[in-house]
Amino acid sequence: MNAAVLIPVVPLLLGLAGLLLPPGDDNKNKPAATLGIAGAAISLLVTLGVLLFATKPVELSTHWVSIGDIDLTLGISVGHAALYVALAVATVALFVQIYSVAYLHDDPRYAPYAAQISLFTGAMLLVVTSGDLIGVVVGWEIMGACSYLLIGHDRRLPEAPAAAVKAFLVTRIGDVGFLLGVAFLIVDAGSSRLADVLAEPPHTAALLLILAGVAGKSAQFPLHTWLPDAMAGPTPISALIHAATMVAAGVYVVFRLYPLFEQSPAALAVLGVMAAITILLGAFSAMAQDDMKRVLAWSTVSQIGYMTGALAVGSPAAALFHLLTHAAFKALLFLAAGAVIHAVGTNYLSRMGGLREHMPVTFWSFVAGLGALAGVPPLAGFWSKENVLTAAAHATEGGETAPVWVGWLVWIAALFAVAITAWYATRLLLWGFFGISRAHGPDGPDWEVGFDDARYTQPAAPHDPPGLMRWPILLLAIPAVLLGLAAYAPGFRTALELDEPHLSVAIVLPLILLAAGATAAWWLWRAVPGVDPAMALGRARPLLAAGFRLDDIQDRFLVRPVKALARAVLTLDTKVVDATVEGTGTTTSRVGAALAYAHRLPLPAAAGAVLAGALLLGAVAVLFGAAA
Amino acid sequence: MTVALLAVLLIPAVGAGVLALFPARLDRTARLVGTIFAAVTLIPIAVLPFGRDDGWSVLSAHPLAVLPWVDLDVAWVPALHLNFHLGVDGVSYPLVVLTGLLTVLCCAYTMWRVPTGGSGRTLVALLLVLEVGILGTFLALDLILFFLFFEVVLLPMYAVIAGWGGEDKRRAARKFVLYTLFGSVLLLLGVITVTAAAGTGDLVQLTGSTELSRGTQYAAFALFAIAFAVKAPLWPLHTWLPDAHTQAPTVGSVILAGVLLKMGTYGLIRIGVGVTPLGAEWAAPLLGILAAAAILAGALICLRQTELKRLIAYSSVGHMGFVLLGIATLSATGLQAALLGNVAHGLITGLLFFLAGTIKDRAHTGELAELGGLRETAPRLAGLLGFAAIASLGLPGLAGFWGEAFAVVAAVQRGGGLWLTLAVLAAIGGALTAAYFLRLLRKVTHGPAVAVAEPYAITRTEWLAWSPLVLLTLAVGVAPSLVLAATSFPVRALTEALR
Repeated sequence: MNAAVLIPVVPLLLGLAGLLLPPGDDNKNKPAATLGIAGAAISLLVTLGVLLFATKPVELSTHWVSIGDIDLTLGISVGHAALYVALAVATVALFVQIYSVAYLHDDPRYAPYAAQISLFTGAMLLVVTSGDLIGVVVGWEIMGACSYLLIGHDRRLPEAPAAAVKAFLVTRIGDVGFLLGVAFLIVDAGSSRLADVLAEPPHTAALLLILAGVAGKSAQFPLHTWLPDAMAGPTPISALIHAATMVAAGVYVVFRLYPLFEQSPAALAVLGVMAAITILLGAFSAMAQDDMKRVLAWSTVSQIGYMTGALAVGSPAAALFHLLTHAAFKALLFLAAGAVIHAVGTNYLSRMGGLREHMPVTFWSFVAGLGALAGVPPLAGFWSKENVLTAAAHATEGGETAPVWVGWLVWIAALFAVAITAWYATRLLLWGFFGISRAHGPDGPDWEVGFDDARYTQPAAPHDPPGLMRWPILLLAIPAVLLGLAAYAPGFRTALELDEPHLSVAIVLPLILLAAGATAAWWLWRAVPGVDPAMALGRARPLLAAGFRLDDIQDRFLVRPVKALARAVLTLDTKVVDATVEGTGTTTSRVGAALAYAHRLPLPAAAGAVLAGALLLGAVAVLFGAAA
Repeated sequence: MTVALLAVLLIPAVGAGVLALFPARLDRTARLVGTIFAAVTLIPIAVLPFGRDDGWSVLSAHPLAVLPWVDLDVAWVPALHLNFHLGVDGVSYPLVVLTGLLTVLCCAYTMWRVPTGGSGRTLVALLLVLEVGILGTFLALDLILFFLFFEVVLLPMYAVIAGWGGEDKRRAARKFVLYTLFGSVLLLLGVITVTAAAGTGDLVQLTGSTELSRGTQYAAFALFAIAFAVKAPLWPLHTWLPDAHTQAPTVGSVILAGVLLKMGTYGLIRIGVGVTPLGAEWAAPLLGILAAAAILAGALICLRQTELKRLIAYSSVGHMGFVLLGIATLSATGLQAALLGNVAHGLITGLLFFLAGTIKDRAHTGELAELGGLRETAPRLAGLLGFAAIASLGLPGLAGFWGEAFAVVAAVQRGGGLWLTLAVLAAIGGALTAAYFLRLLRKVTHGPAVAVAEPYAITRTEWLAWSPLVLLTLAVGVAPSLVLAATSFPVRALTEALR
């Protein structure tokens, strides 16, 4: 099963090759698109092949390099769970590549774009399949760089470069911790092979440091601030980042290192608190967004919180299951949102409305995706969320590594967020797709007064996207609807070590909350027609829309102090360090000038000085000569 | 094999002599001849590893710490204990290759563009003299000989900056030469102290020997450390560097950052740690603290820089801080990380200075505020700049990662409150490095396009000069053993001398 090596290597190599294609050529996107699609497709096929034919986990390892007494290996280590994740990654990447061909058909820099997606995919697959911590770090950081490049891709958006820099830097701050944590683990084990690392009892400090990196990549509080801004990237990229790569990586790494986390109640408690805050923070913030993509972005923050919550309460299987279903429905939602934006020309819900009749395919995709997101039975999200809630409820009874209060915290946060998620999903659907079109904006249509008549411009009728964009959406709708039922498939269940789903009375509570949230949104929308249901949030709305102003806090307590410090260090460098050097030079010159002046004495004085010198030397000679 | 060793130094020296005889009107031919000499130098360099014999080193009853693959030892001035002793081993070989490579690339680049200020023939000749001095420093196995070569480098570099530099070139060149001369005086004192105390200047005998007393070692290491810290440069002895880099012509900056700074870190490993290990152990905490300070100060200063070349120059301070942190840990991991970091910095910063020079030449300004929109006017150049910047900020899979990450790992490995703090500070410095490089990219490549004085298309010569650096950055990133293959034995011998 050596073919497993190809899973990350093919997209990485094809991505590098794609970077060499000439950029800036219009209408010559074919080779670039072919390379991109081929990379994802080959990975997908190889993953499928290994999944079908491998009977036991694939373990390949070869010596890479020794630095001092630390041995690094190049290795692949994939069990069936990893293969399922790789399958999700490759599938989403393939659809994103196909979708992008139509979505960015007139982009003059398509070649680097497609190549960067390939690299991004390859890096994520490397994280998933690597059997060595350094391999994980390599993939982890390449993803950061690719996210930077892709988020900043759109040259027409003035906010894109800043968003790209923010995404890279915020995750990089987390990576300070990640790198140090990895260093601790490697030094303890004397090797970077995962099998060796997992065999050592860990320091809690190392795990907490790793969690900092996880918070950065997986957009967990307090390092989640980059994700909503990352919406400046093209929509297919959002799908890729949210569903398959990047944010999933953090959760996956904790899953991969779970044998270590299992030994540390403190680390799990921190993870649980982080998860509970993130679940609610994301859900509340999603309620008040006007930008459709930002609603989805905040929902990702919240849903990833469910995954980390599941990890914290001791159920990595539930986390991974939710990761897979989330990949399906979030990719679907983003690609469908791309279709809407493509047709309407705006991200703002306040300019949408009434899209249902014109875009039936997109509408039904949204119904499926949002339903899965909210957890409507029997869609995918229902099953996986149910698993997370069951695990949290189970943890409240004690007996897990995590303290009991963490179980309660995660369980209550997750339950409460079910209602909020239903609320904002319903709001998005009703406000975006029902009612009348608001494409003209709040001032009504533009009137054109002519010689004969006054008339207003008809809004352009939006339409469903072209085939290359429609098919990925339709195909993704299948797992978004059905993937949850995979919990009944024994093979899938054993791969994830998932419990058999048992539908008991416990599901009643979340279903009631779900119905309550959805009904509340529907009632608000129904009661005051033509007004955003989010208006009901009143004075809290701007606060929620700004994500609790955590950006401002980050700016005040991190960005500005660093800038001030930089200014101070620069001043120190020029005014003290360099001035000392320059001062030494100037002083030497001055002393030299003074001495030179002293040598320009008139003749009598000079003769006197010579005689005085002779006298002195003679005196010294007599003195010391007498002594000797 | 000794012929090859001698040829490495003789070919560029002869080349410089030949160029000096060329008539001034044949400037282009002269540059071509110089480039050929520089290229031919690569042949003996490529031959050198065939002299390697690992079997002997293992079987030998009394393994010496320095085991040159090729060895040339001729008495020169016995009264001064001065031998003409050259040799190459795993520690010096990567740097020798880097020097040979960068000199060829710089000469080739001069074929296409001669900076204003003087004739191209003289510039190429000076580059060849520089090469002799730098290669000699890396090859010397005698303390006094090392010092001689160390000094040979100074004047041609002074001439390159003062002759072909920017507007404020004379002041910058003077500062460079006086500051580094100050370091050289201390180096000379150290060399004399050691030679007088041990009765020999032979590095093979001195390395790992127990002949020097503790006090001598402390004194000598203090002198060596300051001398090499000026060259490396280590904060706060770095202020000659930004001025010299900003004013130097492109090829001068490339050589300066690419290999000249490495003489400092190489000297610290070979002589500081090798000859005076007790002194190194004694001063290691201070060296580590200064290295972490350099990393943070370099990064913070870069965040406020407004000039392209000055920013890259200051980034060198931070990168060399990582190298020095690796050395300061005095562990096998740290020393190997330092050797890797040395080579990686030479490749990546060499590339960065080439690109910065090109951008500055064509836009006629290096002010970040006046640049912008490079990805609109020159997508390829913007792509290369992005690659170099991302490599420099330490992306895994590219050369820069290994040295920096494993300097941190080595500090963690060393353990204890001080070294853990230094590891944390260095890691934070790594994040700040990302911050200033992204700021650089945002200012230069993003944003609206700025009208440029000259077209931006990359010429064939430029591709020729840059592509080896790009490829090697990638190759060393994927296969760090390219650099590390032969270092494990010498490094182990060095660290064993410490125990």
